[in-house]
Amino acid sequence: MRTLADVTGPTGQAASPDAPLGLPRLLPAIGGDGGATPLERHRLRYPEPPRPGRPREDFIAAVERSGLRGRGGASFPTGTKLRAVRDGRGAPVVVVNGSEGEPSSGKDKLLLTMAPHLVLDGALLAAAAVGASQVVVCVDGAATAALEGVGWALAERGGSDGLPVRLAAIPPRYVAGEESALVHWLNGGPATPTRVPPRPFRRGVDRRPTLIDNVETLAHLAQVLRFGPDWFRQLGTAEEPGSALVTLSGAVERPGIYEIPIGASLADLAGRAGGPPDGAGAVLVGGYFGSWLGADTASGASLCNSDLRRHGASLGCGAVMVLGRRACGLAETARILAWLAGQTAGQCGPCVHGLAAVARTTAALHDGHAGAGDLDRLRRWAGQIEGRGACRLPDGAVRLLRSALEVFAGDVWRHLDGGGCPAGVRSFPQRAPAAAPTQGGLPWR
Amino acid sequence: MTPILASTPALWYLARGSGIVSLGLLTLTVLLGIATSTRWATERWPRLVVAGLHRNLSLLSVVFLGLHVGTVVVDGYVPIRWLDAVIPFGSSYRPLWLGLGATAFDVLAALVVTSLLRVRLGHRVWRAVHWAAYACWPLAVAHSLGIGSDNRQGWLLALDALAIAAVAAAVCWRLAIGQTRQPSSQLAPTTGSGHAHTR
Amino acid sequence: MALSRQLRVDPIACDGNGLCAELFPERITLDDWGYPIVDPAPIGPNLLAHARRAVSACPLLALRLDAPDRTRA
Repeated sequence: MRTLADVTGPTGQAASPDAPLGLPRLLPAIGGDGGATPLERHRLRYPEPPRPGRPREDFIAAVERSGLRGRGGASFPTGTKLRAVRDGRGAPVVVVNGSEGEPSSGKDKLLLTMAPHLVLDGALLAAAAVGASQVVVCVDGAATAALEGVGWALAERGGSDGLPVRLAAIPPRYVAGEESALVHWLNGGPATPTRVPPRPFRRGVDRRPTLIDNVETLAHLAQVLRFGPDWFRQLGTAEEPGSALVTLSGAVERPGIYEIPIGASLADLAGRAGGPPDGAGAVLVGGYFGSWLGADTASGASLCNSDLRRHGASLGCGAVMVLGRRACGLAETARILAWLAGQTAGQCGPCVHGLAAVARTTAALHDGHAGAGDLDRLRRWAGQIEGRGACRLPDGAVRLLRSALEVFAGDVWRHLDGGGCPAGVRSFPQRAPAAAPTQGGLPWR
Repeated sequence: MTPILASTPALWYLARGSGIVSLGLLTLTVLLGIATSTRWATERWPRLVVAGLHRNLSLLSVVFLGLHVGTVVVDGYVPIRWLDAVIPFGSSYRPLWLGLGATAFDVLAALVVTSLLRVRLGHRVWRAVHWAAYACWPLAVAHSLGIGSDNRQGWLLALDALAIAAVAAAVCWRLAIGQTRQPSSQLAPTTGSGHAHTR
Repeated sequence: MALSRQLRVDPIACDGNGLCAELFPERITLDDWGYPIVDPAPIGPNLLAHARRAVSACPLLALRLDAPDRTRA
């Protein structure tokens, strides 16, 4: 069995000749025949992870050096999280967060369906790094293909990983994927966010330090420890190294999951996917939890947080939705806000009441039933709602609303007081999926 | 136990009177408690007044209850010991009716102590004990109806009937309004289109 | 400043009773739906009594006064 030192060399330089050059990185782990990579073929490239015992300082150091950041949306440095969990009291638990509640994102389901062994290796390597005693893989209960994929992979591995790895189907709700909600559910409660402190990395599942990492993050982690942190840094930017999976949907000819180097041009990606010939009207970056970019901003934007933050946006989970020029951004925003309002856990007054009010008023605005007073109310509510929930759901809705009011200011003005979409603009967006297919049907490109 | 003071009519009247007053205060406390839990309020009775009055009247009823228990024990007319005031059903004098009163006293003591220590005990513990208030008050009423030497008097029966009617009405109203819970995660909230709560 | 405390509301426990705002209007206002917006400025010794009263008045004990100098986890 090859060990980490065998393949990376003492300095961590990628000594292996089969380290991927450029792109794609994650996606070759996906079987060429359209099915999941079987264990045997996976093991030809990736050695078996070591059995967890005492925490592995060299693993943590390698991940820290790689600069890998979480791909679930928060973009938190993974190495720092590993270290914090390792320093906690009690035997840690590793939780693979495959909830992917964001409807416009399909990358995690894709990885779990097609490359489960890469993800599982990543989870086990993380477990070895922090000295964990169990791994739980959490998958959206409605994502049957992903559940099957992980189930098969675990059966193939046949419990040879040296510690218990179990699969848990979690309720298909947006907030169920939030850190504290996941811990709450795994501890036997409902999948709703809880009051924090203590944060899960300190006390989570069974009151033990819990490492919660996104599926894609763990896949990258497996590659970092296989090919070395310096190899990982060959793509991406200095602050956000590596590659990332982007789920591209909307007014493009070839929607699907693309792997990009972080910092790639949004316009290039849209072009590669067959973007609208007359250019995009607007782009939603970061999924339902993200914010709108206007056409001009989008044409010059790079897909990395340091650039997107200047425009009040962030990469989030990498979901990008392109709106054609003939689609109404207000309609789309109203639809998304209505969906977000329905996803509230129902625990916090400002979220329950606030999101419902915001969704209702935005819909009224689109229908032409709203006036300037309603617009003021929307702005006031945005200020009242943000930061006052137990989780970040209301903050995400507020961010979406504010970006919509700014980017679609012209549309808003036209819709006020009985107005509507100008001639030629349809109220329904072109080809924007109402919800991501749960069967992992979005193809990778 | 020999009585500390010889029995005098004044002491006996004080004993019975303080009992009736404490029952009246307890009844008002229960009504205000129900009002607090349903968040009832008006212009001149804001919620802090309703809640504050509930608290203060409960403490006042404890004072009168203390006076009632003290004078009853000290007065030698009936053989009631200190112990009989807290341990129910052990007295030689009307053990059943006195026992109900002693039980009510115990429950009230638990309610008051847990309420005073509420911030330390936490909401769940406090709430679990406070449900016993719905047991405390009927016990006190039963005690007053069964034991009092005045229980043949029309005015006492009328007072008790009034108290029972008031609490029964309040409880019905409370049940009709339903519990004040967090709204469920439906799209349409129970309040209007975002208008402020009128306060 | 050594004696200043932090007032916080637990949004999950809070039910929108509003007693806190009645008792401590200097630092607590209500939003459009009756839920408290707590001013994050630290509570000085002169307002501490009002803050304590608001904390003990909350029927759900959703208002908390942090101990001084506690580092947040």
